[in-house]
Amino acid sequence: MALAETDRRLVRLTGRTASGPADPGKEETRVAVRGLNAFYGSTQVVRDVSVDFHAHEVTAVIGPSGCGKSTMLRCLNRMHETAPDTRVSGCVELDGRDIYGRDVSAISIRRHVGMVFQRPTPFPTMSIRDNVGAGLRVLPGGMPARGEVDVIVERALRSAALWDEVKDRLSDNATGLSGGQQQRLCIARALATSPRVLLLDEPTASLDPISTQAIEELVYELRREVTVVIVTHNMQQAARVSDRTAFMLSGELVEVAPSSVLFTNPGDARTEDYITGRFG
Amino acid sequence: MTSVPGSAPPTSPAGRHKPHATRSQRAAAERTMRTLRRRRLINRVMVGVMYLAALLAILPLILILFHLVREGASSLSLDFFIRMPAPVGEAGGGMANAIVGTLVLVGLASAIGLPVGIGAGLYLAEHRRSRLALVTRFLSDVLNGLPSIVMGIFAWQFLVRPMGGFSAYSAGVALGAMMIPLVTRSTEEMIRLVPVSLREAALALGFSRARTSLTIVLRTALPGIVTGSLVAVARIAGETAPLLFTAFGNQFWSIALDEPIDALPLRIFYYATSPYDDWRALAWAGALVLIGIVLVISIIARYATRARHGLGGD
Repeated sequence: MALAETDRRLVRLTGRTASGPADPGKEETRVAVRGLNAFYGSTQVVRDVSVDFHAHEVTAVIGPSGCGKSTMLRCLNRMHETAPDTRVSGCVELDGRDIYGRDVSAISIRRHVGMVFQRPTPFPTMSIRDNVGAGLRVLPGGMPARGEVDVIVERALRSAALWDEVKDRLSDNATGLSGGQQQRLCIARALATSPRVLLLDEPTASLDPISTQAIEELVYELRREVTVVIVTHNMQQAARVSDRTAFMLSGELVEVAPSSVLFTNPGDARTEDYITGRFG
Repeated sequence: MTSVPGSAPPTSPAGRHKPHATRSQRAAAERTMRTLRRRRLINRVMVGVMYLAALLAILPLILILFHLVREGASSLSLDFFIRMPAPVGEAGGGMANAIVGTLVLVGLASAIGLPVGIGAGLYLAEHRRSRLALVTRFLSDVLNGLPSIVMGIFAWQFLVRPMGGFSAYSAGVALGAMMIPLVTRSTEEMIRLVPVSLREAALALGFSRARTSLTIVLRTALPGIVTGSLVAVARIAGETAPLLFTAFGNQFWSIALDEPIDALPLRIFYYATSPYDDWRALAWAGALVLIGIVLVISIIARYATRARHGLGGD
């Protein structure tokens, strides 16, 4: 069976162990953040954040504009350091391994921790197929064979709930898709390399309500395959799609709790003020 | 005399004729109409001025093309493209050596100017604020403003004199050096049009920085870079001054790179300043062909930009 073979190859390529659906009784920590600080120049935007992101859960990060939630997210796949004049201190462990360790390359981390941005970013020179397969080209060991790529592309597009809409035009340019389709394409592109974690940075901020709903349903489904961290401005969205929600304010993590608890019975007065609309 | 329409009592054109409209209301309506008429007039005048300006901008081009066709078309024949220059007094003759010479020189110049220019442009776009980038950007602007004859003298001093004679090489270097700043700046501008988000998307997928630059950023900007490069090619194809001390011109067929070589601008220059009527007529035809070559290059540039997807260009 082609898929099984591909799975074995991906396990070999990415070092990922195939994992089944979550065991609801047991919480497995996928990403552990400990004492994280992040700076732009001399401005500190993330202050001493410690939080766990559990495997096969969707964790939403909410907070007012400029509270450091996006920057915190960008520290989880070492994207923060790609901007000039930035600095990170503290520790982020992916399955027990510090991603800021001395012998760890940022590139290998980004293969395991996928990211989707606020605005859709399809590569405009590539077809839909090549866009989804783009991450496969830079896997160690080189691009898989064409047949394998087709299998992976189809699976990724199915995971991103886009397959039925694009299966007849995989060779078309990706910029011809609608905004919502482009964003799901970006999710498919991030999923194609079988990451362990998927980071979503306000993925619906530039989309219309119908596309937003499609993405939200997708995020809800994705937890079976991957650990999801989603930054959002929209509290209703956080409540709809996430298992747990973290609230950040002025660079600090105020509290993190199961979403049903955080939105109905927050433990901190500042959280209550924010979710009841008293500020932000 | 200016009345603000909104501040007047209900003075719509329809209301103005109602019997109960007072005298002051009618006067206000009259003022409003006068203002509107004045605005419409000013609008017409300004649009006319702009049409005139646009026409004046393209007038020189139209005149040049018209004149070239009128003077040069009669001397243009198949012979012009395949025959060598004929001695004075002998009928016919063409500029085959000059046409091929120009193509050889453009090829040489591109071989130097394009790789250096595109590489420098990529560097400037990737390291926008580094000290070397600031210096390079400034010097490339200076180089761009350098009179082309100075470039010719430079090539003469450093290539023609040491090599002991005029050559196609030295002309290629002079023209290539003229291309570098043009290609550098257009490449930089085109790469800067590529959104940062695209670069970030590639990095987030596990692309290395070099790979992001080469396969995503450069590829996305490629149509624009092609256009900019062809504009530079078109620009240097007609340069004459740098060739005077380098390519020198050649009456005979030669495409040897270490020998003097003929070029259309040179041949036009020699023929146009000659006292013979048939040579001057050929010079017009040569100018027409030179413009034709530049036009063909521009059309290829447009086509290349349209045919591919990506940003920039056009």
